[in-house]
Order: sequence, then structure tokens, then C-alpha cells
Amino acid sequence: MSVAEQTTGAGTQGSTFGSLQMRQVSRWYGKTAALTDLDLELAHGEFVALLGPSGCGKSTALACLAGLQPLTTGSIWRDGKRIDSLPADKRGFGMVFQSYALFPHLTVARNVEFGLSMRKVPRAERRRRAQAALDLVQLADHAGKLPSQLSGGQQQRVAIARALAIDPEIVLMDEPLSNLDAALRIEMRTEIKRLYQERELSVLYVTHDQEEALSLATRLVVLRGGRLEQSGTPEQVYTQPASAYVAGFMGYRNMISARVEQVESDPRRVCVVAGDLWLQGTADPAAGLRAGSEVMVAIRPEDIVPGRAGVNDVPALAEVVEYHGRELAVRARTERGVVLHFRTEKPVAAGARVTLGAPEERVLVFPAEGRAEVPDDAHG
Amino acid sequence: MTLTAEPGTPATTAPPRPPQPLRHRLAERGVDWTLLLILPAVLIIGALFVYPFLYGLSISFQPLEGGDPLANYTDFFGDPYLRDSIWKTLRLAVPVAVLSVAAAAPLAFRMRRDFPGRRIVTLVVLLPLTFGSVLIAQGMTQVFSPTGWTNLLLTSLGVPQQQFIYNYTGTFIATTLVSIPFAFVMLMGFFGGIDRSIEDAAATLGASRAARFWRIIMPLAVPGLITAFTLCLVEAFAVFPSAILVGQPDNATHVLTLPIYQAASQRSDYPAAAAIAVVMTVLELVILGVLMLLRNRLYRGPATGGKG
Repeated sequence: MSVAEQTTGAGTQGSTFGSLQMRQVSRWYGKTAALTDLDLELAHGEFVALLGPSGCGKSTALACLAGLQPLTTGSIWRDGKRIDSLPADKRGFGMVFQSYALFPHLTVARNVEFGLSMRKVPRAERRRRAQAALDLVQLADHAGKLPSQLSGGQQQRVAIARALAIDPEIVLMDEPLSNLDAALRIEMRTEIKRLYQERELSVLYVTHDQEEALSLATRLVVLRGGRLEQSGTPEQVYTQPASAYVAGFMGYRNMISARVEQVESDPRRVCVVAGDLWLQGTADPAAGLRAGSEVMVAIRPEDIVPGRAGVNDVPALAEVVEYHGRELAVRARTERGVVLHFRTEKPVAAGARVTLGAPEERVLVFPAEGRAEVPDDAHG
Repeated sequence: MTLTAEPGTPATTAPPRPPQPLRHRLAERGVDWTLLLILPAVLIIGALFVYPFLYGLSISFQPLEGGDPLANYTDFFGDPYLRDSIWKTLRLAVPVAVLSVAAAAPLAFRMRRDFPGRRIVTLVVLLPLTFGSVLIAQGMTQVFSPTGWTNLLLTSLGVPQQQFIYNYTGTFIATTLVSIPFAFVMLMGFFGGIDRSIEDAAATLGASRAARFWRIIMPLAVPGLITAFTLCLVEAFAVFPSAILVGQPDNATHVLTLPIYQAASQRSDYPAAAAIAVVMTVLELVILGVLMLLRNRLYRGPATGGKG
């Protein structure tokens, strides 16, 4: 495709967008900081998920980017131009809200046309582009209805169509799926990913759902108390969480307080003990763990293997067995009371004795920190 | 025909089901013990308003001197002085309601978001409500007296002394003072119901502050504005203490409540008073009906953009 075609074709304004940056952004509400010195970048074509529990500042970051909230300190840059004093209506980002935020007194078609009529697009073209946007979310048949006549999933699709109708270079999404029920959420997730791929969008997506973040994003940014905790590809964050906090958020359901017994000659390999649990684990050498250090051990339920003879084996009693279709989720307890969650495809009955083990490289050891900070609702 | 269902074929006639208990059937129509909650208000209004109203309606057709049942009405409409009190009432009530809504709407709109001193402003604006029109009218006789601060200020600026009270202006000011907080309380509810994220969404779509106001806020607020206007109008229609205290002897403040009072209390002619009251009520009902009709033609759904 030639450059001329790119700049004249509909919806290719995105080709002018290089990167969006937040630099050292802080946002204070009275005396509490919602964001502290946050650096964040969204490059052209990226799908960045901002992940964290409620109150971590992720929605504030998005509102600051959109121009809906002022920055206390810091700046926002787009392709080398500073934009943080630009009002929201001059930034040209498409935004999708958790509450959908449709205009209740306007029909679906008028909702989608709204951004175009603000841009003084002639009526005929406005109609055509709104129609195209509604086609995109498969709601063309509902153009004449009021939002209140649609289901929740349809309303959210209208909100997405409305945001995309203005051909935004950047789309900001604030927990767009959290008001939908489970089945619809998964369907809409796929829908969003399809739109992202088809329209070559650049997306910044706020969520508290690790599964949503992992399945959609090209890059994940985990926030904690208004600060950046970890940034990386979904795979990096999933397999190598930077802290116990991130691990707790990434589905490491077994978070066990322990003490370092011994650090091997390879400083990545440490031996830790928690009650009757002796584990060979993996740690970041930079953490500087020594014998006697208090640590947090993180293991995913799916990394614990029952009946495995080898390292890290421990006898336990299956206490609670949940049927999950293809597999069982089991909560077991060792003789000295350490609780372990694991998953298995083999039948296990409540009350059965099992031997559990986990590969050394999947037993992650982090310096101990306040367990209370690890969100409770983060286990997918 | 016998009711024997063949095995495997669905029965065409459903077997008669035992009727649901009466309590369930009533509950389905919204009849249950919680209906008792409406009793206090209904009883009080029924006994102390509806019954006297119907009584008044009936005596209005029984003139003191007997004869033509419509005599009280023909007297009222036949006397230009009495008849004109309709226009005098409208000339007072409509501008009061317009000004009250116009002053209260921007206030209520901005009060949705916090600012330093927001609570104090709320308190100050609501204060006139707690005073009532009699106290306000009495205070006004001081404020607007020749030695009150308004006239002292005017004379110090070289403007001749003004007569603000004992005329239309006095009644207008006194009525508006009570009407603004009244409108404000109602509009707070209406504006508060407009989801903030709707405005945010409009902003991200490129709508300027003005566009957001005219394209989003106003259409959603108009039903509320009409309701507030209607109630302010009805309030102002029944103006009485301020019409007497700061309105008389001006002819322009001879509103409908005055001839009613004169007929009932000064001439003890209750049927004549009742007749004028009926005229006033019918007039108000017509205005109310027209405004509600107008309101029903506009968007009246929720002012939220989805799930909140």
C-alpha cells in the first residue's frame, strides 16, 4: 500500500501515531496519592493492559490520559508533543467506559454518530460511517432503538462502535467487560481482540481480571498502589512475576510464607522450609536471599503434580474437591497444616491421601512482604 | 369426551390446577400488608383536604341569596376587578417560576461537583425555605425601607430612592426568595441523576463544554426543569402572605387568593369564596395538564448510560 493510499483511506489516521507516553505522572486526591511517578508508554499497534486490583490507580491513569482528570505532577506526550493541558475533547482518543456511558436519550445510530457530528462530518457520510461501525459490532439491525432497549452486551458493543466510529488512533478502555456476565464477557473479549486485529488499533485497556489481560494484551503493566510494579509481555509476567504481589495476581494461588534454609552455589536455587514442607525453589539472585531470610513461595495450582516421585514431594490429605469439568481443583493440607491447592485430571476423593510435588523451576521464591497487600480477588 | 391422556401424547387439556391461595393472588396485584404504609397520608389528606374541597365545590353552587346555582361564578366573571385577578396571578406566578428555575438550574448543575464552600452555599440557599414567606416579607419591610441598606446604597450612588415594597416588586421578590430554594432542591435531584460518565464520554468524542451542555445535559434535564417550573408556578399561584404584607395596596398584587380571603373572612360569604377557589383550582389543573403533556412528549427514561 502506498503512502498516499494510507493517508487518504478511511480510518488510516492511525498511521500518524507513533507513541503515547506518560512521564512521572502523579495524581493526588487531597492527601492520598492515586498515582505516583508513573511512566507508561503505548506504542503504535500495541495492546497494553493495565492490571491491578481496585484502588491501584489504573482507572485514574486512564482518566488522566483521556484528559478527564488533571495531573498533579508529570506530563503526557504524544509523538514528542506535550498534550496534558489539552482538554478531553481535543485529544481524539476513543474511550469505552465500564458503565457504557451511552447517551440514553439518543438512538443507537445517533449515539454512534455523535463523535462524527462533533467533527462536523456531513450528514450522509456520518450515516454511512455510523452504519459501518454498527456493522462491525453486528448491531446494524438495532440502529433505531434507544440504549435502554438493548441488553448489557449489546449496549457495550454500541459503546465500542461509538468509540471506533471516529477512527481514533488510540482507544482507551476502562474495564469494559466487568459489568457483563461470564459467558458474554468471554465472547466480547474475543470480539475486542478481533476489532484490534482488523482495525490495527492501539489500545490501552484497564482491567482487574488477569485472564482478560493475558488473553488480550501484547504487553502487560501491573500497578500497585499507584506505582508501576511490573511491565512485560503476558508470558513474561505470567511465568516470571517480579514480586509476590504480581504472582498473587497472576493465578499463583499457593502463596506460602516460608524461611530460606540454604542458598545453593547457583544463587537462583534456594531451599526453603514452611512447616513440614521442604521445597527446592527458584529465586531472583538480585533479591539477595540468605539462609534465614523470610520469603513468600508462590506456586500455581496447575504446577503441583500429585503422585510425583522426585523433588519437593510431600504427603497431604485432600480436603475439598471441586469438579471443573476436565479437571478437579483440590485443596489439600499437609500433616503440619500447610494448605496446598492443586489441579488434577485423575480422580481424587475428599479425604484421600496424596503425595504432591512441584518442579523446582515452578516454585518461585520472593522476599517476604505484607501478605495483606496481595489482592484477594485476584485468583482467576 | 373423557380426559384420558394417551401415554406419549401430550394432554391437550391441562388438568385443572388447584387455585393459588388468595394471599398469593393478591400479592401478585401488589396488594399486601405494606399497603398500610400509604394509609397515614391518604387519611390525613382525604379527611382534611379532599372532603372540605368537595364540600366547597358543592356550596359554590349554592349562593347565599339562593337562586341561580351559577350566580357566584357569573358574579366573579362579571366583575372586571375580580376577573382581572386571574391575570394578576399569572403575571406574578409565571415570572416568579421562570426566574426561580433560571436561577436554580445553573446552581444545581454546578453543585453536582464539589468545590470549597459547597456545603455553606447549600445551607445559605436553602435558608429562605426555613423562614417562610411571612418572616421574609417582614424582613423585607426593613431591608427596603427608606433607611434600609438597599436605598442607602442607591442614594449614595446618586440614584433616587426606590419603592420596592407595598407593590408588585415587593411581592415578586418575596415570592421568588422562597421559590428559588424550592426549585433548587428539586433540580438537585434531577441533575444529580445525570450520570457523570455520560458527559465524560461526550467529551472524549469531541464535544466541547457548550456542546455537552446543549446536546447531552439539557435534553436529559428538561423534564426536570419542567417539573420544577410547574411546582414553582403552583406554589406562586397560591401566594398570599407576601401579597398582603409587601404587596398591598398596589392593585397589581390583587391576586386570586385575596378576593377568596375577603369573601370568606370579611363578608362571611363562603359560597362566593369557594367559587373563586374552584376557578383557581381549575386554572392550575389546566396549566399542570398542559405542562405534563409537554413533558411526556420528551425523553423521560433514565439519565444513566448503562450500568452504573
